[in-house]
Amino acid sequence: MATLTFSGGIHPYDGKNLTKDKPIREVLPKGDLVYPLSQHIGAPATPIVKKGDRVLTGQKIAEASAFVSAPVYATVSGTVKAIEPRRVVTGDNVMSIVVENDGLYEEVEYWEPLDPTENTREEIIERIKEAGIVGMGGAGFPTFIKLSPKEPEKIDYVIVNCAECEPYLTSDYRRMMEEPEKLVEGLKVSLSLFPNAHGILGVEDNKKDCVEILKNLTKDDNRITVKALKTKYPQGAERQLIYATTGRMINSSMLPADAGCVVNNVDTVVAIYHAIYEGKPLMERIVTVTGDAIADPRNFKVRIGTNYHELIEEAGGFKTEPAKIISGGPMMGFGIFDLDVPTTKTASALLCLTKDDVSSMEPTACIKCGRCVEVCPGRVLPNKLMVAAIHDDEETFLKLNGMECCECGCCSYVCPAKRPLTQTIKSMRKMQLAKKKK
Amino acid sequence: MGGLLKVSSNPHVRSKVNTVGIMFAVVLALLPAAGFGIYNFGPRALWVILVTVVSTVLTEFLFGLYKKKQTIGDLSAVVTGLLLAMNLPVSIPLWMAALGGVFAILVVKCLFGGLGQNFMNPALAARCFLLISFPKQMTDFVTDAYTGATPLAALKAGEEVNILDMVIGTIPGTIGETSVIAIVIGACLLILLGIIDLRIPGSYIVTFVVFIGLFGGHGFDMAYISAQMAGGGLMLGAFFMATDYVTRPITVKGQYIYGIVLGILTGIFRVFGASSEGVSYAIILGNLLVPLIEKITVPTAFGKGGRKHEK
Repeated sequence: MATLTFSGGIHPYDGKNLTKDKPIREVLPKGDLVYPLSQHIGAPATPIVKKGDRVLTGQKIAEASAFVSAPVYATVSGTVKAIEPRRVVTGDNVMSIVVENDGLYEEVEYWEPLDPTENTREEIIERIKEAGIVGMGGAGFPTFIKLSPKEPEKIDYVIVNCAECEPYLTSDYRRMMEEPEKLVEGLKVSLSLFPNAHGILGVEDNKKDCVEILKNLTKDDNRITVKALKTKYPQGAERQLIYATTGRMINSSMLPADAGCVVNNVDTVVAIYHAIYEGKPLMERIVTVTGDAIADPRNFKVRIGTNYHELIEEAGGFKTEPAKIISGGPMMGFGIFDLDVPTTKTASALLCLTKDDVSSMEPTACIKCGRCVEVCPGRVLPNKLMVAAIHDDEETFLKLNGMECCECGCCSYVCPAKRPLTQTIKSMRKMQLAKKKK
Repeated sequence: MGGLLKVSSNPHVRSKVNTVGIMFAVVLALLPAAGFGIYNFGPRALWVILVTVVSTVLTEFLFGLYKKKQTIGDLSAVVTGLLLAMNLPVSIPLWMAALGGVFAILVVKCLFGGLGQNFMNPALAARCFLLISFPKQMTDFVTDAYTGATPLAALKAGEEVNILDMVIGTIPGTIGETSVIAIVIGACLLILLGIIDLRIPGSYIVTFVVFIGLFGGHGFDMAYISAQMAGGGLMLGAFFMATDYVTRPITVKGQYIYGIVLGILTGIFRVFGASSEGVSYAIILGNLLVPLIEKITVPTAFGKGGRKHEK
């Protein structure tokens, strides 16, 4: 059988060898912890503690303020020092709860474990909602909403995104190597919510060892299939992943549920496991700290709220001056100008590079080579969309399916003229989306 | 950490392929054909090549001075100059070759906005310009080595031609078009480097062969068809001119259509036209159809055929 994939895509230098074989090491925060109230898509959470309060590890400090929202939990014990705007990776100032760590790690009494075979669907979903679980691959969409579509019996596939197609990232890989049982059990919890669904673990074939381990673990479960996918960016993009694993296609106006699919990231599924079987809210995630500027690149188990400075320190600091620091992967991460930001629910990596490709390459004229068209997984014409966007030509932009761009960055990556295609199209899309909202 | 960090919107990495690299590869790929031209026609061919390249680069340089923006570093003018020389007879007066270079760069490229903005292939447009202006000098293929007609003209007159000579290239013609082997070596390099693919050359040549078979008057006579394929500028045109990024459609479907259109036009010009050759005009005409071809071949976006999300 041919390897499962989609058309288009790129093969950038993947840099995974830096951290691939480094076991996950836990990092205990030393300094203050900062919990932005908006680490997810939707309404910011509302603080339920005030300055001076003592909080415990695992204590809820902010609650969901609307349907699309998520609560936030303290990940250390200590005192609430302030509730004030703090900088986050995107460069925005976001209202945050600052907790001074007392180093005691006193814990609350966690919830009772649940049993998917006995507890009701509503109880399971309520627990996932209460645990503050959101999509940890980057988008941060509240997971309980994904798990409660209008017609659960119409969901045919529950897909776990184990592709990890972003270069340099190995956090999901390490998680799958070290705690594959949690991943599989977490998936079984999700499957218990959908009577007709089949579980799929979609893994890129550069992680053959993971494929083997997961296959072994699921060999007696006929509701779960492990599927090896071709190693290619963006294999883990939601639409491409659904296509590669099920052959179904969705566009920008559809949700995975419209194609009978639910897609979750590895860490998200593990968080579901923790919430159901250990009664713990979302408090930690795996972060890959890597790049050629880092002395000792590693994978860390990090408590949410931990300052990025501490992660760099844990990884031995800088061995050379970094020119660029990225929160997330090089294709879709955020370039940051200040390390004084907290780890959030959606931060998968901290990448420090000694060379900045972007500022070292001046954009030149488009020669219409068509490389952007060849690699575009959304099957649009990036060069024409960019021209339409520059001219603010809304009609042409929409006619050329500009809204179907998934902002994966392939076009900018391959462009021999180094034109900022993705960036320009992204701005235009944002403007169009804002207009629609009005 | 002393200095400020640079912030930019994602993606943060870029491939190593750049415009200069692509242009350089095309220059390299043209060297076998150019080298064979010099071998076949003697050192004057080298002079013609030098004159066109200097003329195209100098024109772009001077225009750059006027626009206060220098672009000769991208090597595209070198490619144009080289391609133009490939399309000229070795006996052409050097001033005509130089004039062709000026026309290609100034009129066809710079006046329309420079690299990427021209809607016709500059080298071919210049060739057509020279062909119309100086038909006698542009079709004079008599040299010390060759006194007869070009194989295509001979073919049109109903004479026998030597296929082997045509494949090797020891025949009269323009400097770079005669050797099928040299052209194919260069084309293979471009294909291996991923700079061109076979969509346009393939559909172009196949369509042309079918057309000649149907309307050429010789049926599917292999000897005749091979001579038609190897003769004139078809190989050079299909691999080096029709694949010119700027003037071919960017859509995949459009590239096949474009190749088919070129095949049909070349066939019409060669079979029914007054001249035995028609590749240049076919490609120039094809260039003009590109915006239209692109318009009707906008691809269906991923998932667009699917069910809409009801709201």
